[in-house]
Amino acid sequence: MRTISRWFQRNLLRIYALIAFTYLLIPVIYTIAFSFNNGGRSNLVWKSFTFDNWLNPCGAPQVCEALGNSIKIGFLATLFSTILGTMIAFAIGRHKFKGRSTTNLMIFLPMATPEIVLGASLLSLFLTLKVNPGFWPTVVAHVVFCISFVVVTVKARIASLDPRLEQAAMDLYANEFQTFRRVTLPLVAPGIAAAALLAFSLSFDDFIITNFNSGTMTTFPKFVYVSAARGIPPQANVIGSAMFIIALSIVILGQIVGRKRAVK
Amino acid sequence: MADKAALHGDLRLEKVTKSYGDFTAVNDLSLTIPEGSFFALLGPSGCGKTTTLRMVAGLEEPTQGKIFLGQNDITYTKPYQRPINTVFQNYALFPHLTIFENIAFGLRRRGIKDVKEPVEKALDLVELSHLAARKPTQLSGGQQQRIALARAIVNRPALLLLDEPLGALDLKLRRQMQIELKWIQKEVGITFVHVTHDQEEAMTMADTIAVMNEGEIEQLGSPADLYDNPKTAFVANFLGQSNLIKGTISGNDGDNHIVDLFGQKISLAKNRSHAVDNSIYAGIRPEKFRISRVATATSGNILSGGKIEDVSYIGVSTQYQVLMPWGQELMVFEQNDDGVAPFSVGEDVNISWEAGFTFGLRGDEDAEAGTEVNPEEIIEDDE
Repeated sequence: MRTISRWFQRNLLRIYALIAFTYLLIPVIYTIAFSFNNGGRSNLVWKSFTFDNWLNPCGAPQVCEALGNSIKIGFLATLFSTILGTMIAFAIGRHKFKGRSTTNLMIFLPMATPEIVLGASLLSLFLTLKVNPGFWPTVVAHVVFCISFVVVTVKARIASLDPRLEQAAMDLYANEFQTFRRVTLPLVAPGIAAAALLAFSLSFDDFIITNFNSGTMTTFPKFVYVSAARGIPPQANVIGSAMFIIALSIVILGQIVGRKRAVK
Repeated sequence: MADKAALHGDLRLEKVTKSYGDFTAVNDLSLTIPEGSFFALLGPSGCGKTTTLRMVAGLEEPTQGKIFLGQNDITYTKPYQRPINTVFQNYALFPHLTIFENIAFGLRRRGIKDVKEPVEKALDLVELSHLAARKPTQLSGGQQQRIALARAIVNRPALLLLDEPLGALDLKLRRQMQIELKWIQKEVGITFVHVTHDQEEAMTMADTIAVMNEGEIEQLGSPADLYDNPKTAFVANFLGQSNLIKGTISGNDGDNHIVDLFGQKISLAKNRSHAVDNSIYAGIRPEKFRISRVATATSGNILSGGKIEDVSYIGVSTQYQVLMPWGQELMVFEQNDDGVAPFSVGEDVNISWEAGFTFGLRGDEDAEAGTEVNPEEIIEDDE
């Protein structure tokens, strides 16, 4: 008895971690497993194993067009929100101006507003401006909510930056632009990169706001939602699994590179 | 850029004032720092010394007054337009660049293509050539300190500013770096302006020290001048320790004042007195005192009626607290070199000293000025 209880004491954390990870990963494993299901149009019950879905990911109607739209929107929304958000973060983090605290508060609003409200009000705004919902309104809508996250992420990085480094650069004959280019930007870059990744995943993932503002255009989340009514094709699982594997590979690669640098 | 090399000469501050709202950090400060000297700005934290340094570096603008380097007014020029480099308090090495690139930074910004040779020379000077490929975080504090120095010196500035450069090092390393910094200054011949709150550090390294307090310079001079003949109670207490005894000038004897200290007469050279009227503090450094048993004959100034209150044996010397008849405890440091048995607590003694060692301060001064230790600095030293 004592040896068993001791074994538990020693491995309690491991057991707990195992349970937690299982809980977190079951939906992912389910998605990956069913990407190999020869389930036909409605991929709900396991029938037989096949590589067909992976060999032909665009097999289901519209799935790759939807994916293409999502990637395009994600890319554009990331680009604009990262540039604008980084600039706002520098303004708030580095300069004192009238209305700074108000700006700071306003930046949080899109994060705090329920998505459904944000989506609906953006739609009514577009309609008032006589802009038809579609690709570009969706990009604009995505930039709106991505900016907040970019600002918060980049601002945190700027706040942790020692202002003396910039002073040292100026002291060492670097003018304002050179200081920004050679010292500030490289040091804030990891924060900007993290913000861009976050913006992309938020945009790629978004359904509610997109649903209001995209009109007839289909994005990947919209495609999945619409097809859920009649059964999601296994190609959706393939794309979902591929995204997961790509994201995971990027993280692992980042870890390896980071560790190699640390050893050097 | 070319005219930057021509910018050299003495550094002059003319009536420089820096205020932040109601708070005056530096008050009407005028100062000349001769070219090629090792100059220290010494004072407790908050005395305005770092603000002064930052104005010279161009990181702050004076509220009033002008700063000249040689003939050139540099009051409002940008930091990168001044031939002045700084060794920052926490070194401020660029964490994303290698040691080599850190040192090459200033050269590259000035458009110098061939940086290899000067950078290697600078690394040689601080004896860290083998670390060129490392990143700053992989270096110890002492190594980072030297790299910060190399990064500044490689530019051959007209003026090198050191902002508490040794503050983060432990005591042993600090002593070693003090000697090294002095040697490097002689080697490169650049004017060094060193800001510190550590009086021993300032005295070890600097040719000239300006003691600052509350935004103003209390006294300026060589370490020996400041120590032997302080002008104010603040300097007397901040640089080493002093016994300040309240008295009145009761007469004159040639070049000397006769000073009455609670009924006992001593003599004080007129040219060592900074008193403005008859009210005076007679100042004597603790190591200048001699203790003698009452029966023993002594020469020089004598104060009698003392009683040993406390004895601390600290190896090289013994420190005594001697209670005088007027209730003041005087501090006496005796070298343990003469074979006389140490005095013991409760013994009645006389205190004597060479008359020439006495200095006189204004009688309206606060005798405690400069003695209190800033709690912030205790924390710093503990690190």
